[in-house]
Amino acid sequence: MKRRKLDLAAMPGKAAEEVDDRFQVATPLRRLLNKVFPDHWSFLLGEIALFSFIVLLLTGVFLTFFFEPAMTEVVYDGSYAPLQGTPMSAAYASSLDISFDVRGGLVMRQMHHWAALLFMAAIVVHMLRVFFTGAFRKPREANWIIGSLLFWVGFLAGFTGYSLPDDGLSGTGLRIASAIMLSIPVIGSWVTSSVFGGEFPGTIIISRFFIAHVLLIPGLLVALISVHLGLVFKQKHTQWPGPGRTNGNVVGERMFPRYALKQGGFFMVVFGVIALMGGLFQINPIWLFGPYEAWVVSAASQPDWYVMFLDGSTRLMPAWEIPIPIGDGYVIPPLFWPTVVLPGILVGLSTMYPFLEARQLKDRKSHNLLQRPRDAPARTAVGAMAVAFYIVLTLSGANDVIADKFQISLNAMTWAGRIGLLVVPPLAYYVTYRLCLGLQQHDREVLAHGVETGIIRRLPDGRFIEVHQPLSASNGHADGHGELEYVGWVVPKKMNRLGALGPAIRGFFYPIERPVEAPVSPGHPPVEPRPEREEITSGESRR
Amino acid sequence: MSTHTEHQAPLGQEPLDVNDSKLTRFDIVREGLRRDDIEIVHYEPQVLPGTKAERRLTRVVAGFFLITGLAATAFLAIYIWWPWKYEAGRGGDKFYTPLLGLTLGVALLAVGFGILTWGKKLLPKEVSIQDRHEGAVDSDSRTITGQTMLYMADELGVKRRPLLGISLLAGLAPVAAVAAAPLVGGLISQPHKNNQMFTTGFAAADGGQKIRLVREDGRPIRPADISTGGQLTVFPGIEHGVSNRHADSPTLLIHLRDSDAQESRRANERVGHGDYMWGNYAAFSKICTHAGCPASLYEQQTNRLLCPCHQSQFLITDNARPVFGPASRRLPQLPIEVDSEGFFVAKSDYTETVGPDFWERP
Repeated sequence: MKRRKLDLAAMPGKAAEEVDDRFQVATPLRRLLNKVFPDHWSFLLGEIALFSFIVLLLTGVFLTFFFEPAMTEVVYDGSYAPLQGTPMSAAYASSLDISFDVRGGLVMRQMHHWAALLFMAAIVVHMLRVFFTGAFRKPREANWIIGSLLFWVGFLAGFTGYSLPDDGLSGTGLRIASAIMLSIPVIGSWVTSSVFGGEFPGTIIISRFFIAHVLLIPGLLVALISVHLGLVFKQKHTQWPGPGRTNGNVVGERMFPRYALKQGGFFMVVFGVIALMGGLFQINPIWLFGPYEAWVVSAASQPDWYVMFLDGSTRLMPAWEIPIPIGDGYVIPPLFWPTVVLPGILVGLSTMYPFLEARQLKDRKSHNLLQRPRDAPARTAVGAMAVAFYIVLTLSGANDVIADKFQISLNAMTWAGRIGLLVVPPLAYYVTYRLCLGLQQHDREVLAHGVETGIIRRLPDGRFIEVHQPLSASNGHADGHGELEYVGWVVPKKMNRLGALGPAIRGFFYPIERPVEAPVSPGHPPVEPRPEREEITSGESRR
Repeated sequence: MSTHTEHQAPLGQEPLDVNDSKLTRFDIVREGLRRDDIEIVHYEPQVLPGTKAERRLTRVVAGFFLITGLAATAFLAIYIWWPWKYEAGRGGDKFYTPLLGLTLGVALLAVGFGILTWGKKLLPKEVSIQDRHEGAVDSDSRTITGQTMLYMADELGVKRRPLLGISLLAGLAPVAAVAAAPLVGGLISQPHKNNQMFTTGFAAADGGQKIRLVREDGRPIRPADISTGGQLTVFPGIEHGVSNRHADSPTLLIHLRDSDAQESRRANERVGHGDYMWGNYAAFSKICTHAGCPASLYEQQTNRLLCPCHQSQFLITDNARPVFGPASRRLPQLPIEVDSEGFFVAKSDYTETVGPDFWERP
């Protein structure tokens, strides 16, 4: 038989045809390759969370190969000398082994922990971006809700995760978690007993937390993230207002190749930063905390940062116990309010916010254009209020450390937090609202009268005026230029923004291309030196 | 070379024949975009081929990739040959993790910057506009889908045959319960088994034998072991008394100064705990009544006990009453005495509930 000559160049085309014969992917693939994404740095914050999550999955799988989720009592005989011979749980012993006896285990453990902190931080910052720009409005309410749920599921992932090593610090956290469950009226003791399999600490909580942390919660996260991204894809990304941008289009660049390349590069950068942090910055040195013992704790026991606001609310709560004199008598402990009721309210308020705002504004339209925070002062002020509330709580979560480092009375710190929690948020609301109005006014002012040039001119009658560079051509207005409409986007306020400096010359050590002829601009000398010096007679000579 | 198309053929024109050999590849791409309602309004290469700028950027990107190769190789070399076993005080192993992180981080950052430079600087810049197709609601399609679903309901005929619906619900409800039963039944655990929430390791054994107070290493304690003003964490002298199995039993034994002890005794008598102290010694539960942390910071001068978790403060000389912070209940006091051999024992278990508060506590 004669062998057919293999045409290598035609191979990919041939293969693609075969694939398309079977799956008919040409059209959907073209749509995907052609999809247009708007670009702005603030749209990349969510990506940091996504990329951290991928790093979490990668490092997490590594850790499961060595972690033993059991509370069986063992005597440590690993290589960390100070703890040799100490009785501890198998979970803690295996966490120590990951840190000391698994080659490269510590860098993986630290990367996992840093990635978790970054994941939560990116979620919060992304959420602030979405909130303050109004990206949560119709049609994206569902994605806002999923996003807020992602924070709380991430919160649970973090808490179950840092409880696993069963060290002195995390055991104290678990103890508090059990007390929180215990504080729920009527069912509290049943909930705690069921979760811990008996009285605290029991012998099963670590294995239960383990399966929640490595299967149930990540599964939920993957599902929520998939739907989140799917909806962004389906509903198309929001965009800032600007030339040619309307509520009905997307202005940007196609997903492939440039946008996708930038995303890939950004992933590598996030991954790299996590690797640097995991290697260079120590985090959660469990070998210093010792195994969990119910009678040992040290000052400055703080949870991870995203849990600290709950710690703060717990510290600030006054000792208001509510006795219920029925039968033998019952009680609602003060712990119930800041740790069960408060998070419940926060979840409810944050998820419902898009609907509350739409109702308030009677706004039933779809919005694909973002708003600058200053253009929605009420929303921005509400957001600032929420942020202030959160910051007061988070700082109060560290009030003992602040009191210690700054030599302040601890009780004074608690009172400052209690009062601050009531006073600072309304103050933040007022200040933010006024700031927004001021910024709006300044935008309009520049649009009407032009940019400050910094040039003071003396009029023939002796008065001094500042010269403004109008942004639009004259239309017979009294002061010689027209008034521009505000379009919801940045108004240039400096001469440089108008190109007064001319384009920069590219190149690090030497110019890599001939500088383009810089436009002669007011207030700046041309690139070529002037042939001769003139005597300065008046401000006019510079024009 | 620069393709700057300000004006595109209006949407909805006749589709191009993409097999026309006169078309360039870019024409075909643009035709594809047109079919997806995308218009390229601006398309401009950032560097011209063959220019110094292009060669320089190419070198930069290649440089980044080579750095990645170097750093990744360094990572492997360190991973394999660097001394990594923990040895107290030797030092070499202390650099193992930082070096791994550094080399891995540099490798990833360099590949990231390489890709970013490639994408941001070498590829043409473009502005494309895609239609969202959101405004036009296809009301026909809504009607059709709605009617189809209603028709399906008609076909099922639940309205005409209500028994079917009712019996289905009646049948499904227990099935849902079946799904939940093993989960609930398996997990649920009676919290008041052996009265465990109201007793600690100090509950006297069956023979009525009093439980000794012991140290962390299990040795019993004589009064002389604690100096005036001092305090010691003590445990029930039973099997596993010094372990997390009796997480509610750790107790703080305090040797009060004379004046403070008198004050404490008076406070004790006020609440009917007149015989709880032994001499100048008092014992209080170490488990905070707020969230269960060990309230372990004892300030000798003020006789206050501070819980480091949420800063509740308890005044020891006033029955460990909470004086500041979120705790609402005093620390339970353990009645103590000294047995015939001169060691501390608990006269009985705590008479109040130890640990964080809960609904049915009173």
